[in-house]
Amino acid sequence: MCTMIAMRTPVTGGGKGASGWFPVTQVNVGYDHTSYLLQEHALLLDFVNPGLNPGARVAVELDLASGKALVAQLQAAIQAAEESGL
Amino acid sequence: MWNSFRTDTEGGIVAGVSMMTGGSGNPIHTYIARPDGAGPYPGVVMTHHAPGWDEFYREFARRFAEHGFIAIVPNLYEQFGQGTPDDVAAAARGAGGVSDASVIADAEAALNLVKAHPTSSGKVGVIGTCSGGRHALLVASKVPGFNAVADLWGANVVVPPERLTPQQPQAVIDMTPDLNVPLIGLFGNDDMNPGPDQVNQHEQALIDSGKTYVFYRYDGAGHGFFYYHMPSYRQQAAMDGFNKVEDFFNQNLA
Repeated sequence: MCTMIAMRTPVTGGGKGASGWFPVTQVNVGYDHTSYLLQEHALLLDFVNPGLNPGARVAVELDLASGKALVAQLQAAIQAAEESGL
Repeated sequence: MWNSFRTDTEGGIVAGVSMMTGGSGNPIHTYIARPDGAGPYPGVVMTHHAPGWDEFYREFARRFAEHGFIAIVPNLYEQFGQGTPDDVAAAARGAGGVSDASVIADAEAALNLVKAHPTSSGKVGVIGTCSGGRHALLVASKVPGFNAVADLWGANVVVPPERLTPQQPQAVIDMTPDLNVPLIGLFGNDDMNPGPDQVNQHEQALIDSGKTYVFYRYDGAGHGFFYYHMPSYRQQAAMDGFNKVEDFFNQNLA
């Protein structure tokens, strides 16, 4: 870790990685050097299962504006879901 | 000096992955690149950066081998499993990073492996970039037996107490009194981590402790200016910086 900005949360979910679907048990959120996005730092979202192998990972790199937009839409979707009663 | 070999020079390098005993006693992968000759050659332990034990470091090691060094890159992320470098680096990040204690132990094991090589001169430096620059300083401060250290834009050398973690329990700048080998530092003046103020703070600590060091600061360069696979690459700073590191190692590992 270069920036030392790294958080994680346990989750219940599923993700589709390079080898197909797998149970996602943890999401790691960081802000550090990119592997793909052509900028020095980005939000790094890793949907992983530490009980499997490092390849059990769905990785997303977002710039900060995109991260904020994602959070807003996640919150909106969660609120709508809870209000729907479904 | 890059591209200064004689065209009638024979020989080449030997490079590849092998297993070594890591600091914990468990086997870890290591990449070794060395001149294909009788020696004696100085050694360089390379502490890889946060993106992992990756292709850049293999190529970096081969460059040192081409220039007459036994270069060894231990996989400091072995404990996080096997996969592509970015997947393993993500696993390390998700676990809170590799601990300083683990890095120190693996680097010491790599040092001993280089020194035991039949073509070793017995003189060994340590170098790293980014978080690996911090690790190089950490290792040079805590492990006896190195002869020189190169910190290339090491991040979080200067860190406030509230940002220390169980994995990184002590600020490396506070280890300055323990650093007893010459240091070369390369930094980009547009870098934010370490920023110019942090570089100056680090330099002052070295001065206060009477240490032997040389710092080079590059205008127009930020973080990671050696990384030709990233937009941070700065050609002039990278080429000049490598030559300065090579000269420094040749001088201090002779």
